[in-house]
Amino acid sequence: MAITAVFQAKHVAISLNCHSPHGRSHSFSLYPRRTLQISHQLSSRAVIFSPNGKVSNARLKSERCSRSLISPVAMAPSGKVFHGECFVVQDNIDTDQIIPAEHLTLVPSKPDEYEKLGSLALCGLPSNYPRFVCEGEMKTRYPIIIAGSNFGCGSSREHAPVSLGASGVKAVVAESYARIFFRNSVATGELYPVESEFSLSKEFETGNIVTLDLESNVLINHSQNKQYTLKPLGDAGPVIDAGGLFAFARKTGMISSASA
Amino acid sequence: MTMTEKILARASDKGCLSPGENVWVNTDILMTHDVCGPGTIGIFKREFGADAKVWDREKVVIIPDHYIFTADERANRNVDILREFAHEQNIKYFYDIKDLSDFKVNPDYKGVCHVALAQEGHCRPGEVLFGTDSHTCTAGAFGQFATGIGNTDAGFILGTGKLLIKVPPTMRFVLDGEMPSFLHAKDLILHIIGEITVAGATYKAMEFTGSVVENMTMEDRMTLCNMVVEAGGKNGVIAADSVTFNYLEGKTQKSFEPVYTDGSARFNAEYKFNVSELEPVVAKPHSPDNRGVARECKDVKIDRVYIGSCTGGKTEDFVAAAKLLHASGQKVKVPTFLVPATQKVWVDLYTILVPGADGKTCAKIFEEAGCETPASPSCAACLGGPKDTYARMNEPQVCVSTTNRNFPGRMGHKESQVYLASPYTAAASALTGFVTDPRKFM
Repeated sequence: MAITAVFQAKHVAISLNCHSPHGRSHSFSLYPRRTLQISHQLSSRAVIFSPNGKVSNARLKSERCSRSLISPVAMAPSGKVFHGECFVVQDNIDTDQIIPAEHLTLVPSKPDEYEKLGSLALCGLPSNYPRFVCEGEMKTRYPIIIAGSNFGCGSSREHAPVSLGASGVKAVVAESYARIFFRNSVATGELYPVESEFSLSKEFETGNIVTLDLESNVLINHSQNKQYTLKPLGDAGPVIDAGGLFAFARKTGMISSASA
Repeated sequence: MTMTEKILARASDKGCLSPGENVWVNTDILMTHDVCGPGTIGIFKREFGADAKVWDREKVVIIPDHYIFTADERANRNVDILREFAHEQNIKYFYDIKDLSDFKVNPDYKGVCHVALAQEGHCRPGEVLFGTDSHTCTAGAFGQFATGIGNTDAGFILGTGKLLIKVPPTMRFVLDGEMPSFLHAKDLILHIIGEITVAGATYKAMEFTGSVVENMTMEDRMTLCNMVVEAGGKNGVIAADSVTFNYLEGKTQKSFEPVYTDGSARFNAEYKFNVSELEPVVAKPHSPDNRGVARECKDVKIDRVYIGSCTGGKTEDFVAAAKLLHASGQKVKVPTFLVPATQKVWVDLYTILVPGADGKTCAKIFEEAGCETPASPSCAACLGGPKDTYARMNEPQVCVSTTNRNFPGRMGHKESQVYLASPYTAAASALTGFVTDPRKFM
């Protein structure tokens, strides 16, 4: 028996105060205030889940950029559960592939350039990958990236996690990370750099519908009807929970409260 | 404790540290450049206030070097942002450039940050140096803790002078044997990266020691430490000795106190290499750990050669290439681009006499061999950059390069291919138009 899931059109804006360092009000704030949208748009075709849990992947692949977003980001009240389509990359995705060096003239602390960086996320990937941000769009349809080992290797450029976060990525689930990229993700609070127990990049396919639950450290692949345990965030946890490096430093008394 | 643990312990006022501990360390030098500086400044002002002052105006070194000689307006604007901040904060060390048409008329301009830091005496044994660039690890050659960080971390340091650091365990690399004349420090580090892979040293310190290291010049040691990040390493480190102290003579007024690894220190791993047994190698597309023996790649046709960057654009790198070209008595068969890392290196090309080359300078030898004229010092095409960047690959071509990374699209076009190599191998390859083992000409 096929189960048809239909999502109602609804737009709810949620302001993130606890997880993003950008959610402060400063008179001279240079970062855009980040809000997470729950946007369930009614698709012209409902997503069909067959009894064995697999979504029709062939149809998803061909429609990927041309159809409207049907897999939105859903937010639980705690803010640490994410849901939507995943984008799969392999090992050693370096910072030049995440954001090619020619775009580094964009300054992440300027709001309009921040958004532009988002539109260029992963545009350096080889041509055999599908487009991460579709032509003419500013945001990605994929809130979650599944990666192999050593994700984010290469440069120390903070533009890398920033462009991913600006494009709408909520989390990366990788087998392992390069050090500076991991650190920058935590310091900026732009995305959760989560580690899987083993590489999922050969098991998942781009377009699979997933739920990432950081409360219970679980990743569910609805399209393949499989569930995976994730490694806890560890030392990075308290820093991201506080809202990034600055918030953490204030919380632990290393620096005083933000000056007016 | 190892050298790295000792440096971090002293910088965090702790008697003893073990790998895995998180500590707040005091920063001796924070470096930034035109690509990451503006973002760092933005964060600093957002978090500490529009009128905030940096924690120490003498410990911030601002070096424009990445996208300088370009018509790209945003790139030019980014240098202006650096200047504005440097003036506002009365930053002591800002190596400014205003006239892009001729680097020589800009007396303050230096060029590539990591080479400039060394040449200007900002690298000192025992100190802690952070930079908004992954190759900041180069400075570890001076027996200090040096690593790359992002804008947010750098913004934090600007306001506080401190950073939260996890103490890395140390991997030790012992290099012994007799260094053959055709082998270069670049071959050694490419060999090591090929051995341990691009994630082999993730979160770890790479300590280089052994008789070969002790006999290396500072620039060779910088080459080794420069590519630590390509193995995923947090920092590279080489014990300071008379070579270090002689290099620093006259470059810095500040006193320093080197530290040394204890004999009883524990290492995460130890690798021993006998360099007498090694051959020139390359890193084939598209990864720095895709090691190949140069002579086995002799059928790879190439379109161009690039000699430059913090890795392979230092004076001694050019002298090495010039020596081989002169010994061959031949001309290059493919466009050979030369980008000196700094103004000082550029001057050296026109003044230093290459040993055994009939009293000729590097520049003369390059000219006679048909190479391109040495370009304005900057990072140039090492990382692609704006489309009008000198020597950028805008078509799918094959390049042998003395730079540090060769992931897809690194030097421009996504389908271009980069073979990382030593200056000897690069020069030899230029002479044949194929990837070539330098022994062919030495």
